[in-house]
Amino acid sequence: MTTGLDVTSAGSRPGGGPSAAEALRLYESMVLIRRVEERLRDDSAAGKLPGAVHLYIGEEAVAAGVCAHLEDRDYATSTHRGHGHFLAKGGDVRGMMAEIWAKREGICRGMGGSMHVADISKGILGANGIVGAGLSIATGAGFGAKLDGDGKVAVCFFGDGASNQGVLMETLNVSSLWGLPVVFVCENNGFSEFTPSAEVTSGRIPDRARAFGVPVAEVDGNDVTAVWQAAGEAVRRGRAGGGPSFIEARTYRIQGHFEAESFVLSGGGYRTEEEIETWRQRDPIARFRSALTSAGTVSAADLDRIDAEVGDRVADAVAYAEAGEPADPELAETLMFAPEEA
Amino acid sequence: MARTRLIQAIHDGIVEEMARDPKVIVYGEDVELSIVGDLRGVHEQFGHDRIRNTPICETTLTGMAVGLASAGYRVVVQMMFSNFLYTGMDAIGNQMSKLRLMTGGQMELPITIIATIGGGSSNAAQHSDTSYPMLMNLGGVNVAVPATSADAKGLVKTAIRSPNPCFVLEPNGRGGDQGEVPDGEHLVPFGKAAVRREGDAVTVVAIGRMVKPALAAAATLADEGVSAEVIDPRTLVPFDTDAVLASVAKTGHLVVVDEARECCSAASQIAAVVAEQGFALLKGPIRRVTTPNVAIPYAPNAEAHVIPGEARIASAVRELLGRGGRPDRSERVLA
Repeated sequence: MTTGLDVTSAGSRPGGGPSAAEALRLYESMVLIRRVEERLRDDSAAGKLPGAVHLYIGEEAVAAGVCAHLEDRDYATSTHRGHGHFLAKGGDVRGMMAEIWAKREGICRGMGGSMHVADISKGILGANGIVGAGLSIATGAGFGAKLDGDGKVAVCFFGDGASNQGVLMETLNVSSLWGLPVVFVCENNGFSEFTPSAEVTSGRIPDRARAFGVPVAEVDGNDVTAVWQAAGEAVRRGRAGGGPSFIEARTYRIQGHFEAESFVLSGGGYRTEEEIETWRQRDPIARFRSALTSAGTVSAADLDRIDAEVGDRVADAVAYAEAGEPADPELAETLMFAPEEA
Repeated sequence: MARTRLIQAIHDGIVEEMARDPKVIVYGEDVELSIVGDLRGVHEQFGHDRIRNTPICETTLTGMAVGLASAGYRVVVQMMFSNFLYTGMDAIGNQMSKLRLMTGGQMELPITIIATIGGGSSNAAQHSDTSYPMLMNLGGVNVAVPATSADAKGLVKTAIRSPNPCFVLEPNGRGGDQGEVPDGEHLVPFGKAAVRREGDAVTVVAIGRMVKPALAAAATLADEGVSAEVIDPRTLVPFDTDAVLASVAKTGHLVVVDEARECCSAASQIAAVVAEQGFALLKGPIRRVTTPNVAIPYAPNAEAHVIPGEARIASAVRELLGRGGRPDRSERVLA
């Protein structure tokens, strides 16, 4: 693997790779997601979390590579596997952790949980428990961005499973028809819940976008530089009024569909340990680290420092969540409606 | 005051709000020509960035409303027939009705969805439903059911200004009905019922399209010496429980007329609330007059057979008050 690292540029430019500073941010973004997800994996197994968690381990390069191009004013919709998108888009790790721990200090005050983490002030329109639901929401946000005419974009993260929902066809049609600044990011992680994608998917997913005249990039979703480059082009196209783009990032879900899936599988299985191990060898963080250090522009010490800082941040977030107050149950009755104008 | 057709009153309310707030955006299938009639001429007046035709894709139309509202716009979606809400139900049932709670109150979703409810036009089973019970059960959306021109205008304006998802359900076949609309700014608050006819022997709560036959039944009953009070709730969510209880305190009897199917109808909910909160006020059982649990048939005589009309409403009142008369048709249909 080559990093595509552009050592001559102080910043990103069309067709170039990330600068050293940008590379460090990409690395930090991926490591933060990984450490958070590992901690949630362990705390879920220890029975500390009240609900199910769907973890993003192995897919970090997609969220990090795409969100590196986004600003707070841009919109992103996410999936049930949404922690990575939330963090990469700039969501607060303490607020997210407290939310998953069902605490009053949670970003959604304990009312949403793991599957619904959202920070509207940062354009994070929410993780979503309905497969494919983010497609139409992102298209609507993209419509608003188009009407505003100020160069915002809306990114929709969805999976290979959502690609079999009819709403993908509808939203590709509307986005292409109206030239909306929507970036469709299909995280093809190989599984529709507990079924290998190939068993339930005919044709090739990117061809669905091509059928509507939407520009397509097919990338290795475990190569953060490749994702970063494709997303940069797509976001630039959207900001410039060039309409929607479609990225298929091929990656792999290392964890189960959700933690504790072994209980529902009851001894049944849908993939082999060998397959998982093969993908562990393509770990996006280890690959990027190795490429960065061998290119010589980023030192191992810099990366170690990021590892340590991220470790501290995650430990702090967990301590914050653990020490938080239980959610206010009465919010369930008062939050359904916004106050009407007098 | 101006005599205005109901469909024109909705048009006027939408146009006033579009002129008042440039963030109001309207879209839907065929809205530029406005087959329904409530948006006629609006495209010519406001242009493509404010109102536009969409493909036929209800799943996306409702979902897009959530995204567009999140982006700071006030969204009006014209969905034509309320049956089409079923196709667009994910974003209604899973998104717009829940996102405010799910996000801990971060989201405001000023979305108004307009659709017609009810039969009476031989539109058959897939274009005649009265589908508000499923909306009422979601908990997170307002439901307005205007029955007059003044309310049609006033409720649609209140809906568009609301920070919450609102459904304004037009009574099918009543678009040409004329009614007085107050001059100037006219808003009708949510949760305030209207007494359409005063009486002291029985309370008849009639919803949306059912107000007209309920008033006709009340006139017939008056000729027989029965004084019926007709209450139009105007919104089902929020619901003006106090107005109904105050009327029942006066009359002691309650009949609820609802074009929705009987099972889990709005009438069922209203009956339950009055039974719980006003049992001591009642001198007899509560009666529901509803469509039985069937699809709406095409043939005009079959349609009239299942949808509540003047005769069934009057019959239910007579029976409730022990004034003889023939048995309520709904009992035979439901037996």
